[in-house]
Amino acid sequence: MNLRRVGVTLLPPIVFGVLFVGGWQAFVRLEDVRTFVLPAPSDIWHSVTEAHSRIVTAAGHSGLNALVGLLTGVILGVALAALAARLPILGGAVTPVVAALAAMPIVALAPLLNNMYSPLSTLPRREVVALSAFVPVFFNVLRGLSQLAPVHRELMQSYAASQTAVLRVIRIPNALPHFFTGLRIASSLAVIAAVVSEYFGGLQDGLGSRITSSVGASDYPGAWASVLGSVVLGLVFYIAAVLLERLVLGSRATSPV
Amino acid sequence: MTEAEQAESGAVTAPAVELHAVHKSFTARRGTVVALADVDLTIERGEFVSLIGPSGCGKSTLLRVIADLLQPSGGEVQVNGKPARRARLDQDYGIAFQQAGLLDWRTVQANIELPLELHGVDRAERHARAEELIELVGLTEFARHRPPQLSGGMQQRVAIARALAESPALLLMDEPFGALDEMTRERMQNELVRIAGETGAAVVFVTHSIPEAVFLSDRVVVMSARPGRIVNVVPIGLGARTDDTREAPGFYAAITQVREALRGLPVPQTVEVGVSVENALRNSAEGAL
Ligand SMILES: Nc1ncnc2c1ncn2[C@@H]1O[C@H](COP(=O)(O)OP(=O)(O)OP(=O)(O)O)[C@@H](O)[C@H]1O
Ligand SMILES: [Mg+2]
Repeated sequence: MNLRRVGVTLLPPIVFGVLFVGGWQAFVRLEDVRTFVLPAPSDIWHSVTEAHSRIVTAAGHSGLNALVGLLTGVILGVALAALAARLPILGGAVTPVVAALAAMPIVALAPLLNNMYSPLSTLPRREVVALSAFVPVFFNVLRGLSQLAPVHRELMQSYAASQTAVLRVIRIPNALPHFFTGLRIASSLAVIAAVVSEYFGGLQDGLGSRITSSVGASDYPGAWASVLGSVVLGLVFYIAAVLLERLVLGSRATSPV
Repeated sequence: MTEAEQAESGAVTAPAVELHAVHKSFTARRGTVVALADVDLTIERGEFVSLIGPSGCGKSTLLRVIADLLQPSGGEVQVNGKPARRARLDQDYGIAFQQAGLLDWRTVQANIELPLELHGVDRAERHARAEELIELVGLTEFARHRPPQLSGGMQQRVAIARALAESPALLLMDEPFGALDEMTRERMQNELVRIAGETGAAVVFVTHSIPEAVFLSDRVVVMSARPGRIVNVVPIGLGARTDDTREAPGFYAAITQVREALRGLPVPQTVEVGVSVENALRNSAEGAL
């Protein structure tokens, strides 16, 4: 990628961001909006610089939960999708259950899971994250593994190829772009699930806990500063997933940007 | 001569394809479709035979029966002197479909190597064979490209090279040039005639184009629909094909012959006149009802 292209890609969002933040600042100051309704960006920035190291530490805790949960969910999603693709009976049994899981807001399980473990355990959060990440990975990988164009099926049949060979030569390479689509969705969901699951009590060491405790203490700029930390954390996860996709798929990558 | 050697030499002299009373019906919820009825056909080694007929007359079905991708409901199918299934397991034929069916994530070279790779040919030998074939189909500069970077005609050439990878004695092709423009199509026909000549393979070629069938073939098999059966076999005696063949009077005469056979009219100068007349009579009788 040359510099010019980078410039052309980055310029519009930067311009938009500057205008948006500038407009926000002007609106809050000119209309004299109260801080608990909406603090000015300058107030939020002040909180960020003040609590910088504590936000980073909290982001580290939430980020670790998101990462461990994400990896667990991805491994489970791929493994179950592979089984479901290989054994249609199992697929028929598992798919509706996962569909039901997808229809439910998984963070709603957080308070229930919290009750099952000690208040100092990170496990309930990681389980919420893993479940959230599992769903899109499972569906996308299952779709990728199940698609087999008739022409490819007949071709492999003419080669007298085994099912294992079809899996290795066609189904898995075919499923890779689908896997990365699932991973991209899962990486954003993982951070959301990690932060939001902290709203419901348990260990108080992450960004979500900071948000609830700042709001409790009427420190609205502080709460927004932690929200900003969550946004950055979410971006880091998403960009990492996109970079991994680019690295593995090269020109077959389907991710936007 | 031992028994095994006899069997071997028997296989070498056996026709490429032998069909006896082949019948195929599909049972769907709304009844039974007879796709092939009473098909008898023998294709010699190195012979180029085209199948032509109206849409739905069973050309693809016949090709898939020969390829052992479909089981016939009745009759006997021999390929290279063996049952069709044995021939498929032995990789006695190469096949190319209307869609090129390439794997987009593999290079041209790796696509052509696919059958060799699946059958455990070692890397060096695979490379050498693929390079030969890439040259044969004129894609040397594109060996490292991936299919989405190629035109439709180039993709078809890759598919043909892949079908030739294991030097099959029989090449099965289902409308491989169907999606190409006229100029590309004629060029591909010239190349196919050359490749068939160089490799000595017998070819069964499904097409909707009468000039294409006439230009390529030693014999054109004309089929009719419902039930799908062979109504005529038109021998084409045009000798070695060149670009001039397309302008030759014999070429047009053969086209007329095939066209009339397709219309179910009696065709002079062909061996199967009787079949055709009988069919024409049957058609007119049906029309009268
Ligand atoms: N898998 C199938 N199940 C049911 N019916 C089928 C199946 N395959 C083919 N047929 C029927 O068999 C008949 C012959 O089909 P086939 O595809 O061989 O025709 P075709 O001559 O190749 O036609 P076209 O020129 O349009 O490709 C058609 O009536 C078709 O509907
Ligand atoms: Mg067809």
